[in-house]
Parts: sequence; structure tokens; C-alpha cells
Amino acid sequence: MKRWRWIVAMAWRESRAAPRRLVLMTFAVAVGVGALVAINGFADNLRVSVQAQARALLGGDLGLSSRQPFTPEATRLVRVLQGGGDSTKASAGRSANVTGFAGMAYVTRTSGARLVQVAAVEAGWPFYGTVKTVPGGIWDSLQTGRFVVVDPALLTTLDARPGDTLALGESRFIILGSVTQLPGDVGVRSAFAPRIFIPASYLDGTKLLSFGARASHDVYIKLPDPKRAEILSGRYEQKLRAEKVRIRTVTDDQQDLNDALGTMARYLGLVALIALLLGGIGVASATHEFINRKLETVAVLRCLGATAPQVFGVYLTQALGVGLIGSIVGVGIGVLLQLALPRVLSGVLPVEVAVTMSPEAILLGLAVGLWTSFVFALRPLLSVRRISPLVALRRDFDDTVRRQRDPLRWAAWTLLALSVVGLATLQVREIRPALAFSGGVVVALGVLALAASLLVKGVRRWFPTRLPYLWRQGLANLYRPANQTVVVVLALGFGAFLLGTLFVVQYSLVQQFSVDASPDRPNLILFDIQPDQRVGVDSILHAAGVPKSALTPIVPMRIASVKGKPVAQFTGEVRTDTASEQGRPRRGERPNAWAFRREYRSTYRASKTPTEIVVKGRWADSTAVRTPQSAAPISVEVDLAGELGVTVGDTIVWDVQGVKVPSVVANLRQVNWARFEPNFFVVFPPGPLDAAPQTWVTLARLDSATTRGLIQRRVVERYPNVSMIDLSVVQAAVDDVLSRVTLGVRFMALFSLAAGGVVLIGAVAGTRRQRIREGVLLKTLGATRRQVMRVALAEYVSLGLLSAVTSLGLATGAGWAVVGRFFKLTFHFPAGGILGFGVAIIALTVAVGLWTSREVFARTPLEILRAE
Amino acid sequence: MLRADALTKTYTSGGRDLTVLKDITFTLEPGGFLAIVGPSGSGKTTLLGLLAGLDRPTSGSVHLDGQDLASLDEDDRARLRGQKVGFVFQSFQLIPTLTARENIEVPLELLGLEAGARADELLARVGLADRGHHYPIQLSGGEQQRVAMARAFANRPKILFADEPTGNLDRTNGHSIVELLIELNRTLGTTLVLVTHDLELAAKAKRMLRLADGLVVEDHTS
Repeated sequence: MKRWRWIVAMAWRESRAAPRRLVLMTFAVAVGVGALVAINGFADNLRVSVQAQARALLGGDLGLSSRQPFTPEATRLVRVLQGGGDSTKASAGRSANVTGFAGMAYVTRTSGARLVQVAAVEAGWPFYGTVKTVPGGIWDSLQTGRFVVVDPALLTTLDARPGDTLALGESRFIILGSVTQLPGDVGVRSAFAPRIFIPASYLDGTKLLSFGARASHDVYIKLPDPKRAEILSGRYEQKLRAEKVRIRTVTDDQQDLNDALGTMARYLGLVALIALLLGGIGVASATHEFINRKLETVAVLRCLGATAPQVFGVYLTQALGVGLIGSIVGVGIGVLLQLALPRVLSGVLPVEVAVTMSPEAILLGLAVGLWTSFVFALRPLLSVRRISPLVALRRDFDDTVRRQRDPLRWAAWTLLALSVVGLATLQVREIRPALAFSGGVVVALGVLALAASLLVKGVRRWFPTRLPYLWRQGLANLYRPANQTVVVVLALGFGAFLLGTLFVVQYSLVQQFSVDASPDRPNLILFDIQPDQRVGVDSILHAAGVPKSALTPIVPMRIASVKGKPVAQFTGEVRTDTASEQGRPRRGERPNAWAFRREYRSTYRASKTPTEIVVKGRWADSTAVRTPQSAAPISVEVDLAGELGVTVGDTIVWDVQGVKVPSVVANLRQVNWARFEPNFFVVFPPGPLDAAPQTWVTLARLDSATTRGLIQRRVVERYPNVSMIDLSVVQAAVDDVLSRVTLGVRFMALFSLAAGGVVLIGAVAGTRRQRIREGVLLKTLGATRRQVMRVALAEYVSLGLLSAVTSLGLATGAGWAVVGRFFKLTFHFPAGGILGFGVAIIALTVAVGLWTSREVFARTPLEILRAE
Repeated sequence: MLRADALTKTYTSGGRDLTVLKDITFTLEPGGFLAIVGPSGSGKTTLLGLLAGLDRPTSGSVHLDGQDLASLDEDDRARLRGQKVGFVFQSFQLIPTLTARENIEVPLELLGLEAGARADELLARVGLADRGHHYPIQLSGGEQQRVAMARAFANRPKILFADEPTGNLDRTNGHSIVELLIELNRTLGTTLVLVTHDLELAAKAKRMLRLADGLVVEDHTS
């Protein structure tokens, strides 16, 4: 007992001597713990909020959706469900239809036109939750006349305001105001085309749901007894599926959302974990440096009779104390941050998050912080056991004993490795991603460390002797004895590497839609053109200066049979589960079922486009004469052919609006989907589809945004059913969506950068005495304060440059790999952005470094004599 | 060359005033060799600091080569040191990140002068012509002090301050350092101010000031 008391007392006494170091170590731990507590607490809040708002998310007790209008049988089933399983009691429940489709909105006062997503809603929807509008309360007035409520973005882009008239198809609506929040709606969704809401009773008047328009049909049901939703869903699912209707319950939605959001939050937690690990590296390097300074103290204690375990105990107690305080401070930071996260992530969240303290996240944060400081401090602390008492007699005593192989050190390394995997597993609750994460972190840190040490060695080897003296001195400081250059580059670089990679990838993705980069690429697309409107649209384009527009036909069709077998055999219709229209395989469904069930929008033409490559078979001779009964030779996209299991020579029968069209695969073709032009899975030769119901699409290149606006106005005035997209708008939308999606990661990555800053401060503080000594020495030798400052400046500029070059170089490499390998797109290097980012890193390093070493400039030269 | 008038230095420590130097007055001619001796805590190092302009006196004045140090600010005094003053310290004070040759170049480079040839010349003079590329840690104590000597003379100072230059050296090395100092004083005419508690060393000086409790208790010219 007494022995323990001595250890704790010594740990306390020893800590009084080095308050700075302890404060820094505390912060190194606190930053990471803070990030972790914030994100995990937020994840808890999110789960609770989703649960509380689950019914509002769906908007009813049951949601039914289909890609086609409800059949009479489906409509009958809706009434049955509405009555809780008995159509005679339908009046006990309620139902509301919501029809969604795309159309051109045109504001007559400002002549602004834009593609929008229209939702034609029936009274009552949504049955749960509230729709927030500006001005307030207008949602209830929507059904009382020819009104429209719009997305706030639409008002901005079209320069419109409430009271303006909005033309949609053949109808005109008065804008009542805008929707600021709709339960279950994610802001990202409206980025490409803003949403507008009209009363369902005026839907037909727009005449937009003519042939060829894609629409979604949803029915929301409020049950007399909401508790029976699951039972009813199970009972009628099969029957509805036969009518191509999919049914969802609140639980399904909640499950999906919890899965998605939970995964998102947990993976964001991994980014927070990186900040904590960097803090751990800071703790390890500070401990190592501290022990080196404490050699004599330890030796004296040993001379006075302290045993090796006792001395080890003193410093371990100190490290644990620091870890505990750091974790407590971190929890404080985390709780404050938790308040900020819902705001940061609001763009991608479908629910309003209520912030409450999460005891689980707080306890976890404390435990993880304490453990991290322990496990990182352990290895450098072990050497304390081996410090010889002889060091007290001779400072330069050759302490090779201390460097000898120590099996416990290997144990400490192993424990550290296991801890990283363990912490990651705790965070994502799965072992495989945790292992991948740990491996990734180790590789990234390893590559960063290697690159940094190579650069340092390179600077040393090819030292720029021609530089002015002050710069050479600053550069030489990078490899001063006991320097922590590599650790600092590692800690600063990791955050910068994460942010840089995100930035590079986002830039490349956005550049795919860049208009200005290539003057030959189209930037305006017009679609849903009816056959009789082709000439008119063409003349409008021609009048605006488009030399010759190429119109492409689009024929919607589904697969009836493949290689003689009906499509049902491929989709496994016998299952009970719901089908997904999004291409996401559902439980029990074959992964490629969607390829058989989906609607294809095919085209017909005689030749292939220059960017298409035939990889198998031959392009069919378009001049060959065919009878209507003979199979049409078609070209199939190579990946789709794989999904469908077909190759050259196989037959596919298509259902084109009820007419069976037989075909035979003539060739397989590679398509560059990234190109902004009409690309097709299936291409028919001219002939078989000429008479099929079809719409046309065309692309144009117009450099002036004004002209593009003018064309859109003229077309929408004359042909309100034709939809148009301005590519610059798409580019902005992609940018917007990516920014929102990556915001959370960027926010968390900032903590890695902050942890890097703390490590930098620690490294500078660790060499504080030496720096002061040198600064004062230079002053004694005749250096002015300015010159001393320049040496420091040179050092931090070099350090910042080293971190920036290493991390951004790696970020570029990683970005290139992600863009090329994962997205299979062309890599674009954001030279300006990377340069700016690099300058920012250097500025940060210089600011932190100069601030930390400000003492050096303040000391008077006499102290160098006094110090002896 | 160096003139001290009624120099007094008082430190405030723990709320109490502590007078380290009291009313020190003396004059040193160019080419002179002054040794300041006295027991630990007698104020030797403080006096050296004041004379070299490393600190300001509480009262009194110092004139270095005709310049009143009180009229100069910190940076001006630094420039003055760079041009006219050389230093040798007890613990050598070489910059660990620079080679021996680079350490010697520092004072000249701070003045913006070309330093390479001069450094080579001085390295040869202190007998380390072939060790210029070594870092301080690779040199012995005696070698380090010789590099420090070469550095002190790099800017051809008019006056050289040495604070216990042999304090960290064994007898042989200490002896050769002293010989070097005296030779430089003689051949180049550099004024020498030496702080030491080694009476044998002090005896080689032309003049000796003995301090005790901040007062000059003996002023002896041989």
C-alpha cells in the first residue's frame, strides 16, 4: 500500500516539473476522444430520432409504389388495405395518391425555365409528420386551387417569388411559397431537379403524362389500426407484386434508414478514430522524448534504491493520469461538437435530429481515450526499466543495455496492433472492415513515414548549399538531434492526405460534367420530344445557331423472353420479398433479376457512334432487307450481356408496349458511359421499331448561357412536354451533391489535422530548450531578432512544405487510383486547388510553429551564459 | 576600447532586490588582456554579459569601441557584436545541426559576407583543416573548443570575450586553448576579456580584476 502511495506521489511531483508536456499530451488525446464522442453520440441521437419520426418518414402506415399506373386490381387492393383487410370498411382508413414525374417549369414573369420533379399529391398526404413551408401553413391551402408549392432552390434559380405564375405543361399554377422541410426527404435528392408540389386534381390538365414520360405512382395508406401494418403487408405483398406494385411499411423504412445512417455514422467514427490514433502517436513521441530527458532523474532514483518496476510505475501512472484527464476534456469537446453535427450533416439527413447526451458514447470515449494513451505510452515507457543507475555518475554512460532487445517491447507492439484492430472493431462492429481499416491506416502511415524520411534524407544528401545562410540553418534544423520531423509530417500529413484525396476525387467527378473543358461536347439536352415535334424543335435550335442537331429516337421496352425462356424464370418470381426498382438486389433475389425486369429505353440506328467499340460479333448490315417476322439483329452493351447471360447469336424477345419484337444478338459493344451523350444498352437497326411508340432526344452545344436560356424558353412555350437540362446546371448539382455527401468526412478529417497540429506543437515544445539556446546563441553571435525569426520561419516553411508535398502527393496518387479504378473515369488534376491547399498547410505549420517558439525571440542573450 | 562607468546590476528575486554588481568602473585599452576572477556567485559572468551588451545594467554605462551601449537597442547591439565582438564559452556552444566549417561561417554569414575561404583559413589555424565536414558531436571536447575559437575570430573581432574557456577541458586541451588565445591576442592585437576562476590562467593576463560579492576587491596590472 505504502509503495503504491509512493508511486502516485512521485508521479504527481514529477508532473509538476513538466506542465507543458502534460497539457500537450492531454490535448493530443482530447482531440481524438472529442471527435469520437461527438460522432458516436450523434449516431445514438440519430437512431432515436429515426425511431421517433419513423411514421413521418414514410408519410403513412403503408406505402405502395409502382412504375406504372395502378391497375384496376391494384386499386381494388388499395381499398381492401384501407379498410384494414376489408374493402367494405375502406372509409375507416384513408389513402392518398402521389404521382411523380419530370417536367419543365416556366415562370412567365421572369422567363426562367428549369427541369423540375413534379409531385402531384392528393389531400391528406403526408398522414404523419408536418411539412414546413415559407410562408408557414401554406401546405393546407395547396389543395384549394391551382396552386404550386416549390423547392426554395427553384425560386432562386428562376428568380421567382410567391404570387408568380408557373407554367407546367399545358397548365398554369400560382406559386404559394416554398417547402423547407418534408419528412423523409433528403436535400440531395432535389439537387438535380428541384421539387414542386401540385394538387393531384390538376395533374391531367398539364397533359404531361402522355406517352413516353416516366412517372412514379405511389399510394400512401393510413390504416384504421396502424398496428396491423405488418400483417397486412405480409398478406397482400404477393398479390400486389403480381400487379407490379411494391409495398413498404414503417418498419421496412426505419430498418433501411437505420442501416444506412448507422453505417454512415460508424464509418465517420473511423475517421474520428484516425484523429485519436494520431493523438496516440503524439503521446508516444512525447513520452519517448520525455524519458530521454529524464534519464538522470531516473538514474538518481535508482541510486537511491527505487526498483525498476517502481520507477516504471511512476511514469506509467503519470501517463494514465494524462490519458484520463485528456479523455475527460475530450468528452467535454465531444459533447459540444455533438451540438454542431446535426447542422453540419443536415444536407444529407432525412430526419430532424434531437440532441441529447449519450451516456454510452461518453463512457466509450473515456475508456477508449484511456486505453489509447496507455497502449501508446507503453512502449517508450518500457525503456525506463533499463536505465542504469550509472547514468547518474556519468551522463554519457554508454547505455547500450537500454537498447538491447527487450521481449516486452515486442509484446507492447503486439498489444498496440491488437488495440488498433480492437478499437476499429468496436467502432464498426464488424471484424472485416475493421481489419481493412487497420491495414489501410498502417499502409497509409507507413507510406507517409517512408516518403517523409526519404525526403528528409534527400534534403540532407543534396543539401542546397547555395541557399542563403538563414534558410540553410532552418533546413538543417529538420534533422537536428532528437528531431521529430517524421512524426510531425506523419501527424500533419494524415489529415491533409484524407482531405486531399476527397478533394481530388470530387474534382475529377465534377470535371466529367465540365462543359468548358471541351468545346466540342454538348451542353444542352432536350428529351421527351414527340415525333411530330421533331421538325419544330430542330428549327428552334437552328434559329439559335445550332448548325445541325442529331435527333435520336428512344423506344421504351421490357424483356419478354431470353433464349426462349420467359422472363419470370430468370427473376425468381416465387419469392415473397419485395422487388427493388433501384437495381439493388433484395434478400432472396437473384443479383441480376433487375436486368430482366427493368424497363429498357433503346434506340435504333444504322451505325455505331465513334466512341462505341464492338468487342464481339459484327455490326449488322443496315441495308439488309428484313421481314417484320424475322429477328432483328441487335447490339447489346457488353456488361449487360453478362448480366443477362447472352452472347452473339442468342435470341431475346422484347415487349414493346404490348407488341412482341423478336431479336438476335449480333454484337457486344463497349460504351463509355461517362460521356455526356445518349448511350444505350440495346441498339436496334432501323426498321423494326420505326412504327413503335417513341420519343426523341437531341443534344446541342451552345457556348452562351443566355442562348441556352433562350432556347429553353422558346421550346417550353411551344412544346411544354419537352424536357431540357442545361449541363452547367448538372455540373453544379453534382458538385453540390458531392460536397454534401463528403461534408461529414471532411468535418471529421479536420480533427486529424487538429491532432496533427497538437503533435506539431508537442514536437516544437520538445526541442524548446535547444531552440531557445540556439536562438540566444545566434543573437550573441550578432543575429538580430529578425534573423532569428527568419531561421525559424525557414524551418517551419520547410516542415510545412515537406508535409504538404508528402500528403498531397499521396492524395493525388490515391485520388487517381479511386477515380481510375473504382469510378473508371478520366483523372483530372486540380492543380490550382492542390496548390492552394498546400499553401494552407504550410501557413498552418508556420503559424503553429512560430507561435509555439515565440519565447525564443523574447529571451535575452545573457541567459546562454547563465544556463551553464 | 572598453570602458565601464559605475556599473551596477540589481535583480529582483522573490520580491527582494539582489545587487549582483556594485559600482564597477574600469577602462581597457585596445590590445589589452583582462582577466576577471573571483569565486562562484561573485558576479563575474554578469559583468561579462554587461560588457558585451548581452544585458542592460541597472545603472552606469558601458562604452564598447567608443559606442555607448545604452544608446543602442537590442538589435543594434546584436549588430555591434556581429561586427566587433567574438565569444568563447565554457561549454563551446556550437550549433549541433551545422558542421564545424559551417559553425565558423555563421558570424560572417549573419553579416552577409562570403565566408568559405575565411573558414578554411581559420580551421587550418586551429589545426582542424581536415575536420571541417564533421558535426560537433563527432569532435572531442578540445576540438569543439578549437572550432569555437575559430568561430570567435571569424569576424576579425576587435574584442573577444571568453567565459571559462577551459572549464570543460582537461589540462592539456585547456593549455593549448589558452596558448591559442594568447597568440591571437598578440598577433592580431585583439583585446581579450577572460572570465575564469583558474588563477594560473589569470596570471597570464596583463591585467586582473578580482571580484567578491559584486565589488572589485583587487585591480592588478602585471
